Amino acid sequence: MKARGSNLPPLSLHVPEPRFRPGDTVDYADFEIPIAGAQSRPDINAIPRDIAGHAYGMIRVLDGEGRAVGPWNPNLDPATLRNMLREMVLLRAFDDRFFRAQRQGKTSFYMKSTGEEATSIGAAHALHDDDMCFPSYRQQGLLIARGYPLIEMMCQIYNNSGDKLKGRQLPVMYSSREKSFFSLSGNLATQYPQAVGWAMASAIKGDTRIAAAWCGEGSTAEGDFHSALTFASVYRAATVFNIINNQWAISSFSGFAGAESTTFAARAIGYGIAGLRIDGNDILAVYAATQWAAERARAGHGPTLIEHFTYRAEGHSTSDDPSRYRAAEERTKWPLGDPIVRLKHHLEALGEWDEERHVALEKECVALIRDNAREAEARGVLGDGLRHHSFDTMFEDVFETMPHHLQEQRDQMIAEREAAGLKP
Amino acid sequence: MTSMTMLQAINSALDVMMARDPNVVVLGEDVGYFGGVFKATQGLQAKYGKTRVFDTPINEGGIIGVAVGMAAYGLRPVPEIQFADYIYPAFDQLVSEAARLRYRSAGQFTAPMTVRSPMGGGIFGGQTHSQSPEGIFTHVSGLKTVIPSTPYDAKGLLIASIEDNDPVIFLEPKRIYNGPFDGHYDRPVVPWSKHPASEVPDDYYTVPLGKAAVTRPGTDLTIVTYGTMVHVVTAFAEENGIDAEIIDVRTLVPLDIETIAASVEKTGRCMIVHEATRTGGFGAELSAEIQERCFYALEAPVARVTGWDTPYPHALEWAYFPGPVRLGQACKKLMEA
Repeated sequence: MKARGSNLPPLSLHVPEPRFRPGDTVDYADFEIPIAGAQSRPDINAIPRDIAGHAYGMIRVLDGEGRAVGPWNPNLDPATLRNMLREMVLLRAFDDRFFRAQRQGKTSFYMKSTGEEATSIGAAHALHDDDMCFPSYRQQGLLIARGYPLIEMMCQIYNNSGDKLKGRQLPVMYSSREKSFFSLSGNLATQYPQAVGWAMASAIKGDTRIAAAWCGEGSTAEGDFHSALTFASVYRAATVFNIINNQWAISSFSGFAGAESTTFAARAIGYGIAGLRIDGNDILAVYAATQWAAERARAGHGPTLIEHFTYRAEGHSTSDDPSRYRAAEERTKWPLGDPIVRLKHHLEALGEWDEERHVALEKECVALIRDNAREAEARGVLGDGLRHHSFDTMFEDVFETMPHHLQEQRDQMIAEREAAGLKP
Repeated sequence: MTSMTMLQAINSALDVMMARDPNVVVLGEDVGYFGGVFKATQGLQAKYGKTRVFDTPINEGGIIGVAVGMAAYGLRPVPEIQFADYIYPAFDQLVSEAARLRYRSAGQFTAPMTVRSPMGGGIFGGQTHSQSPEGIFTHVSGLKTVIPSTPYDAKGLLIASIEDNDPVIFLEPKRIYNGPFDGHYDRPVVPWSKHPASEVPDDYYTVPLGKAAVTRPGTDLTIVTYGTMVHVVTAFAEENGIDAEIIDVRTLVPLDIETIAASVEKTGRCMIVHEATRTGGFGAELSAEIQERCFYALEAPVARVTGWDTPYPHALEWAYFPGPVRLGQACKKLMEA
């Protein structure tokens, strides 16, 4: 007896492969840069199905000549634009400094947001200061834009005596209740359903604040992402979902999250959620899309999913070497440019900025980071064994009040260290 | 005082807390209009409205994920997971998120929430409606795990759990929802109304977390157990004339080891009984603690009577369940040693 199908061609497994690997010549000639200003700006109460095209196209405001064009132009005043530019430059200087600090052995780990600065700085300006942010690990720009003290971020990175999180969290896993910046998990996309729950609570209490969440394109594959979109759709939760599509999840290109077959913004369509795909290196597009989504959420029209199309210009973290898995030229040839350079050109085109002022700004930011970093280092760096929180604090905050078994274990640790002649 | 079943007592606890605290919300599959598949939330939506008691998508990870967000906002969510067997998709949100939020944010954000879920076997529920997963949660730092055994305790412990500022896994032994169980599956069900602990105050009261109960004083041996098995071992002791001291753990974490150790010091013999599988189960932790604290008082090795290390077998349930036959064998060995 012949097995069924034995005369049919064999199946083959498709395993995605990125276009360029180390040593390949990078050529984006076939990348069609969407025309700035071409996308319409629907009303904030638009029905998701009617604006499905916005999930496949790309909203762009800044054109090749540094002009802001089209219906999504938020018409921000020059002072605001300069503020945004300053925050992006400051963020880049911060990232550079702390990447080096890790290399110098002052901390265990760091993650840069280089090339993606617009996605967090632009969003922070469009949201209200008390809207609750549920970030992933590359949204340090939110804290900078909301004026969180730089030194607090640095003390967290050094896990020193000034660290508000008591040395418990990996560097960059910030938390700031006063800046409405939710505690970072480190597990991926867990913050997505939490943002929905927060927004549902806000609605249950008749509050006006909304929630915003961030994750990478790779994390959209997580179950929590889909749980969040389902719940947000069902309860019309006032949530702005951001997918930072920076093309790479450590060494896995976006194809392993489904990018070969569709856009990430299009994930929204099946859930009946508004989906916008935007140029994430265009801070005016980020601002305008976030503002649209926030207004939509606040007016009770439900959540929006925004895909920020951008490029992770550096490695995933201090723990990987991107030259081992992708072509170095990708960064320099990225067809949508660099977000800082693009905003700078725009301000120059407006006659509101020039090279001299830009160089001065960069110097000012580097100096500001340096001065703060010195102050932070005076309070200890990771592993210097001197200026972290005392060992017994590790038993605090597991519960509101310390139960019997943790008291016993704390006492045991202290006794063991004393018996071994170690400091408490 | 009213004579209540455990289900009615749980419903009463939710009612009392929803009336007292506008931040208490109830969510879960079928908990709204329908009142839950076991009717634990019956009448609550009609009384407190759809924004405080509502149905959810069939997505346990989402239920717990949104509950964490609600708790971080300042609510006190009481999510129901329809069966404890369904809780695993929510495991990451419980273990990595709810349990650690206070710690990782150094107290900036907390997750006061009580996850209610029916657990345990003895109802012909097969392998997806019978499990006892408490040991998975007791292994997690930052979670409290509570298992009541009577209507009185169920209400008082549930109120205490909802008021607690940390996440609580509240597992309800569904075999005893409507009446205590003596372990004889072939005998008629006895209603709660015959049991003194079915007399439940109508209003607010608490049974504190972290306190075990000595439900039967005795001198022959100490039996440490919780949930459905409290009633099974009580009937076993009575029927066999064994003067057992029975301890209902009630709160597994934080554990009231002092009450347990004091009893074992007195009796010198200890049997641990739970429905859950044996290897790595909570009985192993109890056994280790007792051995570490009471070694020189022990007359015999600590005995464990537990479910077998197999999935829960549907038709073979009563060979799996640690009933009177297995208790008798273990007790004989323990007393003869």
